[in-house]
Amino acid sequence: MRKALEKVGDECLYFLEQAGRMGVFLVFCLISLLIPPYKPQAIVKQIHFIGARSLFVILFTGAFTGMVLGLQGYYTLRKFGSEGLLGSAVALSLIRELGPVLTALMVIGRAGSAICAEIGIMRNSEQIDALECMAIDPYKYLMAPKFVAAIFSLPLLTFVFDVIGIFGGFLVGVSLLGVNEGTYFQGMYASVVWQDIEMGLVKSLVFGLLIIWISAAKGYYLQFERNGGFGAEGVSRTTTSAVVTASVTVLVWDYLISAILL
Amino acid sequence: MDNVEPKRVIELIGVEKHFGAQKVLHGVNLSVREGTTTVIVGASGQGKSVVLKHMLGLVKPDRGRVIVFGRDLATIRRRELKKVRMGFGVLFQNVALFDSMTVYDNVALPLRERTEATEEEIRANVEQKLAMMDLDGTGEKYPAQLSGGMKKRVGLARALVLNPKIVFFDEPTTGLDVNKSNEIYRLFYRTQAELKYTAVIVSHDVPKIFKLSDYVALLAEGEIQGCLTPDAFQLSDNPHIRAFVETTMGPIYSSEKEERGLYEEI
Repeated sequence: MRKALEKVGDECLYFLEQAGRMGVFLVFCLISLLIPPYKPQAIVKQIHFIGARSLFVILFTGAFTGMVLGLQGYYTLRKFGSEGLLGSAVALSLIRELGPVLTALMVIGRAGSAICAEIGIMRNSEQIDALECMAIDPYKYLMAPKFVAAIFSLPLLTFVFDVIGIFGGFLVGVSLLGVNEGTYFQGMYASVVWQDIEMGLVKSLVFGLLIIWISAAKGYYLQFERNGGFGAEGVSRTTTSAVVTASVTVLVWDYLISAILL
Repeated sequence: MDNVEPKRVIELIGVEKHFGAQKVLHGVNLSVREGTTTVIVGASGQGKSVVLKHMLGLVKPDRGRVIVFGRDLATIRRRELKKVRMGFGVLFQNVALFDSMTVYDNVALPLRERTEATEEEIRANVEQKLAMMDLDGTGEKYPAQLSGGMKKRVGLARALVLNPKIVFFDEPTTGLDVNKSNEIYRLFYRTQAELKYTAVIVSHDVPKIFKLSDYVALLAEGEIQGCLTPDAFQLSDNPHIRAFVETTMGPIYSSEKEERGLYEEI
């Protein structure tokens, strides 16, 4: 019994320590965003890495998500004789929910994991210590461009995901299953309002911040990971943990934002 | 005037440090004098690098004070710490070069990030430091394309590029053969004579490192057992120092063998 309580206590302390570190990390990163000089070149490089290089996977997943929504939506709506609502069903699902969430999950898998591993290896090989000793602020030099790039890229990628998804739904619903083209778009125009777009935008901005925060902080504090984060195995374990934590956090915040904005 | 003791640029006073349940430093007291070379020696796992990290402000002590340029790094604010570090140069054990940058960009990084120098001034400075390290023509290479000894020299060039007041060396010759080690020591000797920096070296390269040092400090059982001139260190009565001297220089460093010239090459 006592051992069990000790274990629970240890877990709680570890969780609080981690939460404290992550909080401090976020504050330092946000402060570093406000302090000049700003490095546009570094930001563009990170936008290329997080945004442009995620484009293909976003196009691919967006198209197939839209297509499956078109397919499932058509057969579900047909039961109620409401195939005409397919356009609005696809558009609302994508804009409010699936677009931001799936884009975030794809970016976590592609860029978040890479960022965590990169910073973790820099921590392991003393490169971050070297920056500090050279009086170069690692928050400003390493993190700030990544934060700006993620917060900027996620809404754009989400927009691309939504557009391609709607086109995918159109392809299946209209071209394959025979829904009227005018009805598809008319339903969409009639049902999508600014609040829906706003919800998608808020979600993608928050998800961008969450992804970069968790991925970068996990790598930065590699040495504090449970069972030690050093060595190749430590980096791999920490990267897995970052991907899982970021994915779960995105889903939790998806619910919270929906509950707040609905 | 000649008897005036050089200013103390680093002072560790009663520094204690735990990592989890393990107490690594039990109360370290050490002074580093301006313009001198102080070598910290000790068996593996005694906490030599931890002492160095305290001096660099990378680790904060649980108790005690770490005073560098008159500022206590244990209580200093981040912005002030950054100012103190402006006077530092560091050669890390595994060099810590940025893999994705060329040699030139690695050496230029502190200049680009910390000074207002133009690209022309940066180029002149970087090329001068690379030439000083016998690294002409390697500027466009990446760290992965260099040998261990060359990486160390690039690391030293980066450490010296801003003409720091104190240069820290963490095991500067680890992983290098005798020739490469001697090359690093030669460069150290030459650059210190030229740039007049204070040097703090963590090393296990005993007794070779004694030739370069003004003071040798032994870290054992979490404390500095003595910080003495190399000659006084080898003659010390402190049991820890005696044991260290005997273990590391032991039978082959007897005066008899020294007389036979076995240590001529050092």
